[in-house]
Amino acid sequence: MPETLIFYLLSGLAIVTSALVIGQRNPMYSVMLLIASFGALAGLYVTLDAPFVAVAQIIIYAGAIMVLFLFVVMLLNAPQEDAAEWDRTHPLRQPGVGRFGALLALLLVVQLSWALLRTGSVEVPVAGAVDAETISSVRAVGRTLFTDYVFAFEATSILILVAMVGAVVLAHREGEER
Amino acid sequence: MELRFLVQLAVIGLTFFMLINASALLVYAERKVMGFMQQRYGPYRVGPHGLLQPFADILKLLFKEELRPKGADKWLFTLAPMLSVTAAFAAFATVPWGGETTLFGLLDDPIKLGVADVNVGVLVVFAITSMGVYGIVLAGWSSNSKYSLFGGLRASAQMISYELSYATALAAVILLSGSMSLRETVDAQAGFWFGFIPQWYVFLQPLGFIIYMIAGIAETNRAPFDFPEAEQELVAGYNTEYSSVRFALFPQAEYINMATTAAVATDLYLGGWHGPFLPPELEWIWFLVKVGIILFAYIWVRWTVPRYRYDQLMQFGWKWLFPAAVINLILTAAGVLYFNA
Repeated sequence: MPETLIFYLLSGLAIVTSALVIGQRNPMYSVMLLIASFGALAGLYVTLDAPFVAVAQIIIYAGAIMVLFLFVVMLLNAPQEDAAEWDRTHPLRQPGVGRFGALLALLLVVQLSWALLRTGSVEVPVAGAVDAETISSVRAVGRTLFTDYVFAFEATSILILVAMVGAVVLAHREGEER
Repeated sequence: MELRFLVQLAVIGLTFFMLINASALLVYAERKVMGFMQQRYGPYRVGPHGLLQPFADILKLLFKEELRPKGADKWLFTLAPMLSVTAAFAAFATVPWGGETTLFGLLDDPIKLGVADVNVGVLVVFAITSMGVYGIVLAGWSSNSKYSLFGGLRASAQMISYELSYATALAAVILLSGSMSLRETVDAQAGFWFGFIPQWYVFLQPLGFIIYMIAGIAETNRAPFDFPEAEQELVAGYNTEYSSVRFALFPQAEYINMATTAAVATDLYLGGWHGPFLPPELEWIWFLVKVGIILFAYIWVRWTVPRYRYDQLMQFGWKWLFPAAVINLILTAAGVLYFNA
């Protein structure tokens, strides 16, 4: 079964690269590995007969958002993390708020694994159950996006606009002297 | 079946071969046209009229010593040129360069000239060319040199800005043809208006075509938008620290990207391989002729127009080109609605 083989290859690649993203000390490598992970995801979409979603994934995430990430990492010239420093500042060793955040993160991991284990027993729709025409056709995607889901779509764009305005407000200081 | 598979493989191999040769020929054409415009001969010694000059250049670069600066990042420094050239080759994968042909009756069913025919072809080209910027940015960063870093930063800012106008110009053509497949877009341009004007989208989209060409020049980092390498300010920009084969890959990627941009422009605006006089088996000659004319225009612009200032480039991209592309898109959408309803 070549399709199963490709699926395991791509999903393995996606998981390994995503894990390595967190493991890197150099932020530049993290960014590159994240791009590789997005590429593997796009490949998975192609095997699902959804080339449009795959291409959108590459254009938007790998092509646009990650370029901005790279840009920021380059501009800030973020230093490599020092192992000893990292041990000292590890959230679990921090008093108060830091430790609370770490506990929340652990809780999230537990929740996610519980959710994933649960979906394992739920009936997963068999491939082909969804109309392949509908997913692969840009026309169909556009039509559903602008009719059935138009409220969610517009609300999301307003949300992004608010985030953008917020970023400008936070970054811009009135009458700043240099 | 067997024969058909072999022919398909041969077409794919031929596409690859043509791209490699396109980059060599463009190096020669660039120097020859530059020489002509500066009233001198250009390369003349190697081979007849200097035709073998690109091969001499490549051999020279192959035998040079490979240098890597001490402070450079080993992995990314090696990866960057590979990424550039891989993205450049891969972008051509969905660009068709000829119609359906049986090769003068050799095959029972006609095959399509081109590597792959995907129903979101335009988007695939766009997605992969947008990956090409990583090669340049990483080259700039990993060299650990201020000139390279500035080249890389400028490249990313410039490509993000001009990609918008580029994509918006493409969207207008997609509206007209109603398909994202490049082959279907070309086939929609067959035939004539009033019996003599070819139905090419360049006549419906003159503004879109101009926007596409300008953004295309900026996307391929060529003069007057060659800020990532601006010799007078940045030595050679992102590829300052590179030598030998690694250096050779960057110009190669640039020339292949030029060829891809010109080929996509031909498919989208100039009717692809459609043209008079030639039998269906040889129609791809029209394609090569049109691509050649666009590439000549590219070189022509490079040696006649001086470089902009960097802030002018950004101003032009955001305040003129992008609004023009949006207006073009809105007008096209209104036109399609009016004439189709």
